Amino acid sequence: MTTLLAIDWALLTEKLILIAIIIFASLGIALYMTYGERKVAGILQDRPGPNRAGPFGIFQPFADGLKLIMKEEIIPDTSNKALFILGPGLAMSAALMTCAVVPWGDHVELFGRNIALQIADINVGILYVFAVVSVGVYGIMIGGWASNNKFSLLAALRGASQAISYELAMGLSLIAVLMTTGTLQLGEIVKQQMAPGHLWNIAYQPLAFIIFLVCAFAECNRTPFDLPEAESELNQGYHQEYSSMKLGFYLFSEYINMFISSAIMVTLFFGGYDVPFLNESLLSPNIAALVGIIALMTKIVCFIFFFMWVRWTIPRFRYDQLMNLGWKKLVPLALANMLITGAVILLWFNK
Amino acid sequence: MQALTNRAKIMERKPMTFLESIYLWNIFKGMMITFSHIFKKQPTIHYPEQTRPFSPVFRGLHVLNRDEEGRERCTACGLCAVACPAEAITMEAAERLPGEENLYREEKYAARYEINMLRCIFCGLCEEACPKDAIYLSETFAPASFTRQSFIYGKKDLLIPDVTKQPLEFAEAKGIKN
Ligand code: SF4
Ligand code: SF4
Repeated sequence: MTTLLAIDWALLTEKLILIAIIIFASLGIALYMTYGERKVAGILQDRPGPNRAGPFGIFQPFADGLKLIMKEEIIPDTSNKALFILGPGLAMSAALMTCAVVPWGDHVELFGRNIALQIADINVGILYVFAVVSVGVYGIMIGGWASNNKFSLLAALRGASQAISYELAMGLSLIAVLMTTGTLQLGEIVKQQMAPGHLWNIAYQPLAFIIFLVCAFAECNRTPFDLPEAESELNQGYHQEYSSMKLGFYLFSEYINMFISSAIMVTLFFGGYDVPFLNESLLSPNIAALVGIIALMTKIVCFIFFFMWVRWTIPRFRYDQLMNLGWKKLVPLALANMLITGAVILLWFNK
Repeated sequence: MQALTNRAKIMERKPMTFLESIYLWNIFKGMMITFSHIFKKQPTIHYPEQTRPFSPVFRGLHVLNRDEEGRERCTACGLCAVACPAEAITMEAAERLPGEENLYREEKYAARYEINMLRCIFCGLCEEACPKDAIYLSETFAPASFTRQSFIYGKKDLLIPDVTKQPLEFAEAKGIKN
């Protein structure tokens, strides 16, 4: 009986608190990403961007959120009601679930406990990310289908085919990375990159990074791959029938996706929470963790800026261009990269 | 065809090479262009705090004028209403009673004088038509509002303050800053 009840309550609370912090932090960051997006758009277009709500407009996201919540909640008469409500929830939870395996820092020592700053360092970390990202497509698919609107359905189909095509190239590009790291565990990958004498993975796998980056844009449905919400041809895309907070969830999940994929890219290719030219083991663990988190966030913010910068630079691809790029360009490139990496590892290092 | 400007470029229609067809270089070039715009000067005029100067011939909201003694100049002749292409002006005339000489300059005056600012096209023809120099177009424009009714400006809104009784308000209306 006692063995059954021997749950590590401390571990459980510790993890729950960590989960809560990470979820609220992701939501908060996503909130301010909407502000950042509008600000970046403004500045790239020679205008100031939102600047009325509070100093520099920093309360703008709350005004936007309030506006979304206050809108009338409409569920179309002919829609499939349960699925219609499930769609945005699925999109949101799939977006949030990925943060479980991202190592946000090394560990902190609090109350005599050694708390790892990662919710779950599972040994198939990257596979988990892929699995959850694939579930994210269902948010779009279900939402688009349940709306019972032909534009939404078309957009959902586009979204699904796009996500599936680009997942392939994404996976293939990662195989090359995995060959060099030899592990799927994200925490381990970061530790390898932190090791002295070892550069960040971007130095070993630049092509894989570029392919992964392009695919990340496609997976997040960001411009130039935002075909599922192509306003010009599909009215609003898959969330056309959505209003109020359900629409807000869809819009929000896009930003969370962007945040998480930035985090994954930083973890895989840019050393995660590693600070270059600094030996973290010389610092006390708590300070090292703080420095690490700041470093990670800085890198993520750079990536987020990059996402926005691309969005406000290039127009949307045509659908055939999108498919061409995915299947005829990225997949062969990723395959070649994989092959070359394998050959080099085999012949040079004789592993 | 001869090019009208020297900016015209001959387009090549060769099929793209593999490197071109993954767009990266061209996207990079485009991103450099947008990046350079971060450092450009913003032409924005932050409206309520900053305003753009109007041209000297700007035609804005109407003002019903008074003479030097503060008497209303309008005699309700209706020429402005006739001249108005948008039919924005309506008025009702009334006869000046004995003892009102200090209020109205002429023997007949406008008891009611309304301009519908939603109809008005700010052409200024009323100003030109007026034989009494009674109506002028000023350099302000109608503020936004929630109701149509509030865009019908009556005498209360149009009449300039009396210079003899309310010199401060008059100065403000004239835009004279002390
Ligand atoms: S400005 Fe033109 S449109 Fe307006 S009231 Fe005068 S005449 Fe009519
Ligand atoms: S404003 Fe001038 S034109 Fe119009 S009714 Fe008065 S006096 Fe006549």
